[in-house]
Amino acid sequence: MAIDLSQFHQVFFEESIEGLDTMEAALMALDANNVDQETINVIFRSAHSIKGGSATFGFKSVSEFTHDMETILDQVRSGRRNISPDDINIFLQSVDCMREMISLIQAGEEGDTEVASSLKETFSAMLTAGDSGKSNKNGLDEGAQRNNSEDVARPGNPHEKVRQWQLEFIPGEKILQTGNDVLRLFRELAEVATVRSVAFAGELPGFSSLDPLACYMTWRLELETSAPADDIYAIFEWVEDESEIKLAEIKPAIEVESKPDIKPVKPVASESTSIRVAIDKIDNLINLVGELVITQSMLGQLGADFDVRKLPRLNEGLGQLEHNTRELQESVMRIRMLPISFAFSRFPRMVRDLGSQLGKSINLVMLGESTELDKTVMEKIGDPLIHLVRNAIDHGIEMPETRLQAGKDKEGRLTLNAYHQGGNVVIEISDDGKGLNREALLEKAIEKNILSEDESLEMSDDQVFELIFSPGFSTAKTVSDVSGRGVGMDVVKRNIQSLNGAIDVSSEKNKGSTFTIRLPLTLAILDGQLVRVGGNIYVFPLVSIVESMQYDKHKVNKIAGGCEVFSLRDDYVPIIELREVFDVAEEKKEGDSALMVVVESGGEKTGIVVDELLAQQQVVIKSLEKNYKKVEGVSGATILGDGTVALILDMPGIVKLKSWESSQQRQPIHAVR
Amino acid sequence: MQSQKNSAMSLSGNTAHSVEATDQASENSDQYLTFFMAGEEYGVDILCVQEIRGWEAATPLPNAPAHIKGVINLRGTIVPIIDLRQCFGLDAIEYTAVTVVIVLKVKTQDGARIMGMVVDAVSDVYALSAAEMRATPDLGDSVNTDFIKGLVSVNDRMVILLDIDRLLTLDDIQSIADLTKEISVKSKL
Repeated sequence: MAIDLSQFHQVFFEESIEGLDTMEAALMALDANNVDQETINVIFRSAHSIKGGSATFGFKSVSEFTHDMETILDQVRSGRRNISPDDINIFLQSVDCMREMISLIQAGEEGDTEVASSLKETFSAMLTAGDSGKSNKNGLDEGAQRNNSEDVARPGNPHEKVRQWQLEFIPGEKILQTGNDVLRLFRELAEVATVRSVAFAGELPGFSSLDPLACYMTWRLELETSAPADDIYAIFEWVEDESEIKLAEIKPAIEVESKPDIKPVKPVASESTSIRVAIDKIDNLINLVGELVITQSMLGQLGADFDVRKLPRLNEGLGQLEHNTRELQESVMRIRMLPISFAFSRFPRMVRDLGSQLGKSINLVMLGESTELDKTVMEKIGDPLIHLVRNAIDHGIEMPETRLQAGKDKEGRLTLNAYHQGGNVVIEISDDGKGLNREALLEKAIEKNILSEDESLEMSDDQVFELIFSPGFSTAKTVSDVSGRGVGMDVVKRNIQSLNGAIDVSSEKNKGSTFTIRLPLTLAILDGQLVRVGGNIYVFPLVSIVESMQYDKHKVNKIAGGCEVFSLRDDYVPIIELREVFDVAEEKKEGDSALMVVVESGGEKTGIVVDELLAQQQVVIKSLEKNYKKVEGVSGATILGDGTVALILDMPGIVKLKSWESSQQRQPIHAVR
Repeated sequence: MQSQKNSAMSLSGNTAHSVEATDQASENSDQYLTFFMAGEEYGVDILCVQEIRGWEAATPLPNAPAHIKGVINLRGTIVPIIDLRQCFGLDAIEYTAVTVVIVLKVKTQDGARIMGMVVDAVSDVYALSAAEMRATPDLGDSVNTDFIKGLVSVNDRMVILLDIDRLLTLDDIQSIADLTKEISVKSKL
């Protein structure tokens, strides 16, 4: 049996992790007092498939561990054992432990951990206790006996006499058409015996007369097993009518010359990540590609003998092509989209553990779990979300007694809500706790010299709440294991900003606070506004643009001979000439009408002067850093319809560039061209 | 593209010699693509060369040094273009339809980078062994020689072999001319 199983390891790992997640979710839903049969079944099934998988791949540590767990679960399932909240805790610990074991195996190490062995002891203690304590003892013994007989059937059991068999297997020609798979038979055989197989393909006809549905091969198998002949026959039960099966024992005198080389399979620690895609998404893609091919052939035909009269048809074809391309693009993007429940799924467990650790009882409500989000964004949003949830539990929700005094329900409520809004995904984390304390925040800010006392009086609530995102800011009186070290909220904000997202907070005293995170749907595509400066085309991210208007020179004032400001209604916004900060060589032409794009970056408005506004379009973001290096004021590049490269502007970078320029009072260094 | 390469080769007029040179190729020799710049012949390891293209307008990068001509779209990848003349502090020349860009794959710590290098004309391919290589003489502070792998004479002509991995990663491609200028300014002070 020379099947290289290691190629399936990655799939096994992924499936096991998924199985563990399912198990965890089911355990969380399990109520010890009122055991739901279906939930137990879900847990049992997950444990069972992990056990089966790990046994197949020879990860003994996992399979043995899950075996014990499964036995207990089986008893619960058949009503022979009651489950207590403590048991649920043990199972949750086991889930964690199995996760660790699997990740160890994935890294190419042995899966045994100390936690695993101590948990295994707990299991056996539970089993023995169950044995003596339960009335249905006979059933259990039966189970144990069955297990024993199974063990006997395993190869390599030292207590049984191992015999060698020779099996001639000549399947009927039609065996494959009846749904039988020879490989599967052999695999089953391998479970009870060590198998060496020789295949004979002498009967194979020439390629032209070959019937692909017929089986022409025969096999001779050498088996080494302690199982009786009946067991071997049993495997071939389904095919014995149409095939010839000859089993003969090889007497030990006929020693097989050499032992087969059983190489220990090195687990490959694979770093490649994969993504599960719903089949309907793939079907949709295939349909679209089909349409694209049709459009292409239509256009090809049109181009082969084109004359002006066919122009309307050409336009029609191009329109169709555009339509196809856009749909295809959207579908491909959708493949990367995962429901946000992937990020949310870890919270029930976390909230439960943290709640019990802190002595708070918390009811977690999750809404909009099917909202889809790009996989990359999802991976990066995980940590900030954890942080916010921990904060809400630690600082937001009060202790039960305090809650009762405040006339609130004893149980705190934490809501995670995700939904689409425009081209963004919005995630809200809200609690019904004590809310942010304006006075405490201000006191802290003054103490940390972030603002002066005078300033503090004029600040609006929103501005005060914004303070929690400043570096080194923490209002927690004591630093706990959970949060309050004063590193965090600023990091959360930075992480979210690096995803082109934004976070803000609203809060009401004694009603709770809500953190709102806005994220772009994807990182690969950007809605852009194309602008022209001199001969160059640049792309503004559409989200950063507030408005665009004629650049009226009369409304420009110079402050202290340096910074120019534009009077925009009741406001003054600083102006940046893109031509100057980017050192564009071409001088402004006479006829160029100047336009000003008002952008918002970091809460501040800035006017950026350009020559012309061009189209608005979606652009695919390409990295400049990959082959060059970071360019200040530019976040990336894109390729326009005519194949040329346009740079995508980075608003904070441009503002920084401008302030650097004016502080340096730098002489423009004009390139020698 | 091919025709341009051919024309560049016939310009150099030593195609016949190159066959000779290739014939002598011993087992441990490397092949070098050579090109002309300001009358001197330079060579780069041919395994670094991804392709040779004609010059096309590049999108300039803001506040980039003069020898970085900008970026182009190479089948969906953004590739920076460097003018090797300006990089070496030679006089810039006008780009024409026959100006050649050698696209190179440079190994760096963060993986391979692709860059384009504008040169006057592509010349030839030589097989050269390490034994034929002469070390660069010490030229003092006046010229930075870190990026020169060695000097070789082929048919009585000197070929300067460039260490492309070093050249294109030198302090993020600071112009060597700028460096030299800086040094001379400092020494005057």
